[in-house]
Amino acid sequence: MTSTKFSRRRFLVASAAAVAAPYIRTSHAAGKLSVGFWDHWVPGANNVLTKLCNDWAAKERVDLTIDYITSQGNKLLLTGTAEAQARSGHDVLTLPTWYASAQAKNLEPMDDIVKPLIAENGNVVAVTEYLGKQDGHWVAVPATPGSQVKGPCARIDLFKKHVGLDLTKMYPAGAPADKALTDRWTWDNFLLAAEKCFKAGYPFGLGLGETTDSVDWVGSLFAAYGAELVDAKGNITVKSDATRQALEYAKRLVPFLPPDVFAWDDASNNKWLIAGKGALIMNPPSAWAVAKRDNPKVAEQLWTFPAPRGPKGRYTPGLPFFWGIWKFANNKSAGKSLLTYLSHRAVVEQLVAASGGYDIPSFSGLRDFKIWAEEGPPKGTLYHYPPRGDETVWIAMSPAPTAIAMQMYAQATNTKMIAKITQGGESIDKAIAWAASELEGFMRA
Amino acid sequence: MAEAVVRDLPIAARERRRSMRAFARRKSTIAFVMALPLILTIALLVAYPAFYSIFLATLNKSMERFVGFANFAFLFKRETFWMVVEQSVIFAVSAVFFKALIGFCVAHFVHNVPTRGQRKWRGMLLVPWVIPPAMSTLAWLWLFDPSYSAFNWILQRIGLDAVPWLGNPYWARFAVILVNVWFGAPFFLIMYLAALKSVPEQLYEAAAIDGANWWQKLWFVTLPMMRNIIAITVLFSLIVTFANFDIVRVLTSGGPVDQTHVFATWAFKLGIESGDIPLGACVSLFMFPLLALAAIFILRGITRRGNEA
Repeated sequence: MTSTKFSRRRFLVASAAAVAAPYIRTSHAAGKLSVGFWDHWVPGANNVLTKLCNDWAAKERVDLTIDYITSQGNKLLLTGTAEAQARSGHDVLTLPTWYASAQAKNLEPMDDIVKPLIAENGNVVAVTEYLGKQDGHWVAVPATPGSQVKGPCARIDLFKKHVGLDLTKMYPAGAPADKALTDRWTWDNFLLAAEKCFKAGYPFGLGLGETTDSVDWVGSLFAAYGAELVDAKGNITVKSDATRQALEYAKRLVPFLPPDVFAWDDASNNKWLIAGKGALIMNPPSAWAVAKRDNPKVAEQLWTFPAPRGPKGRYTPGLPFFWGIWKFANNKSAGKSLLTYLSHRAVVEQLVAASGGYDIPSFSGLRDFKIWAEEGPPKGTLYHYPPRGDETVWIAMSPAPTAIAMQMYAQATNTKMIAKITQGGESIDKAIAWAASELEGFMRA
Repeated sequence: MAEAVVRDLPIAARERRRSMRAFARRKSTIAFVMALPLILTIALLVAYPAFYSIFLATLNKSMERFVGFANFAFLFKRETFWMVVEQSVIFAVSAVFFKALIGFCVAHFVHNVPTRGQRKWRGMLLVPWVIPPAMSTLAWLWLFDPSYSAFNWILQRIGLDAVPWLGNPYWARFAVILVNVWFGAPFFLIMYLAALKSVPEQLYEAAAIDGANWWQKLWFVTLPMMRNIIAITVLFSLIVTFANFDIVRVLTSGGPVDQTHVFATWAFKLGIESGDIPLGACVSLFMFPLLALAAIFILRGITRRGNEA
């Protein structure tokens, strides 16, 4: 039989090692961090984000793993829902638009990092606060990758020829907008332009389906007329003159759109513009970026700028993305450190450049990067893409409480109303009554 | 040594051990043990999610409170829900009917093709069924594309108007049913072909001696011999078609104006996209009693015919 002798010396060595172990800094002393980022559609954008994160991880000695999760087929959304249900998964996850508020009770409060970031980078747009702040507390950090606005992206040549409007004069590259021209850039004149382009064989490509591009531009139109389906207190306010006006406007506009817009998804409007079939869409400059590759002649004629103004103001659709840390995350402190790092000006500028100017930071102080002035052709096409004029960045269905607005948005209540009064041949009163009944259903707690 | 141990055991213990050995040797026990991994897999992947979704369906929207059947009561009051019920029934019943009809007709054609060429035909006709439906539906989406439909291109070339395949509610319903029939008909074809091959030739010979024509052979010989397989395939297909998600999701996402939604796509819209998981669970569970009812009737018919035989 062998016996293990545990000498006094060995005991002292083991004890000293045990006491010192927590203080020894290994290469991953700050622990592990698992991150799920949105898989950017711009080639190379993920690589820049990965490099920035790895730089941070090396400096902070964190063992970092990154997964890029596509939003195709709602995979990002499904991942978030599944992780919240299982209370397990990534520590940090990208939460598109409505899903920070939807998962608020499962997310770590972020006041301690968002408030200093606002002090550093300037205020965030109201829509970001509406979606990212719940019960007075930030539940997620406004993310740069994925955040976008959806103003018009239109053909310079067709507008000049058929509408008599020089878009590059109205919103000149590298200079503020022309006030006289932008004052006339109203939804009424938008309708006239739509009619002229339709008659010239280049209808505006505005979808009326159930996906975000359709819901967003209609949301801007409704806001410009002051039409709120549900108010900020959760009261159903769809039965209003403002809603009626917005619907009457839509009824006049729809005949000048392609006949199949009711079946359009988020790719349809892009394809419409890139193929050279239409004069205008309302979209981030992804269509322009793809046209640069697939149809350069069209790309050279594209200009991105804010939405038209209505009786109640100028509202450009905006979809902010967020980064959240789960309450059940294993390494919250490292997660917060990473998100703070990714929100510093120098890092944000690299992220925006990597996206070719597609990503719009939510902080007002981060809208002056040179990328938007330099991108082209035509040079300056994106200069007025980041909101910097008299427009309000807006999300359809706001200011309804987010739990209600999210359902209205997902179920496209606004575009369905338009489909009912145009394609369905129903009266405006009937469509409003239908919407009121749907909205009642969204009120359940 | 072992024998000595056995000898030393009390009689009751020896009896117990013998009966245990007999139990382990019984065919049913062996069958159960061999099926156990499958039973456990089903319990884990089917029974657990099913019970979990029942549990979810009894919670309030924020999933913090038990509300019993309140979610179902809420759903039954919604106009859109009943529209989805109606659409699901139209979708499933018409798709299964046409799949069965086409499968039955094509099975007869293939059955009559000389044996040498039959394999080629069988292989080709099975192609739609072996392609993952999400992929093949994507190809159909391009054919129906709102702006670049290949079908419309042909129609316009021959001087006809373009059809809003996915933009008009009726055409969109037609499109989703058509794709489902295209995908599912080969399953019926192969099942019916197998059934046709198992009908004894002597029965047809006897019928011919009795002076039966083609129609009478079909009605009095083929159909009765295939009745069980028809019932089983219809039941199976009804279940799968009612639960269809991918075809509708890829082609129309339930639009326009919710008029092509079926239970699964509507459940996804409510549960995942609108953030109301309990209500989504309710919609998906609503299929269960409908399908259970269909299964009971169809399986009862099969059992009765089995007993008669």
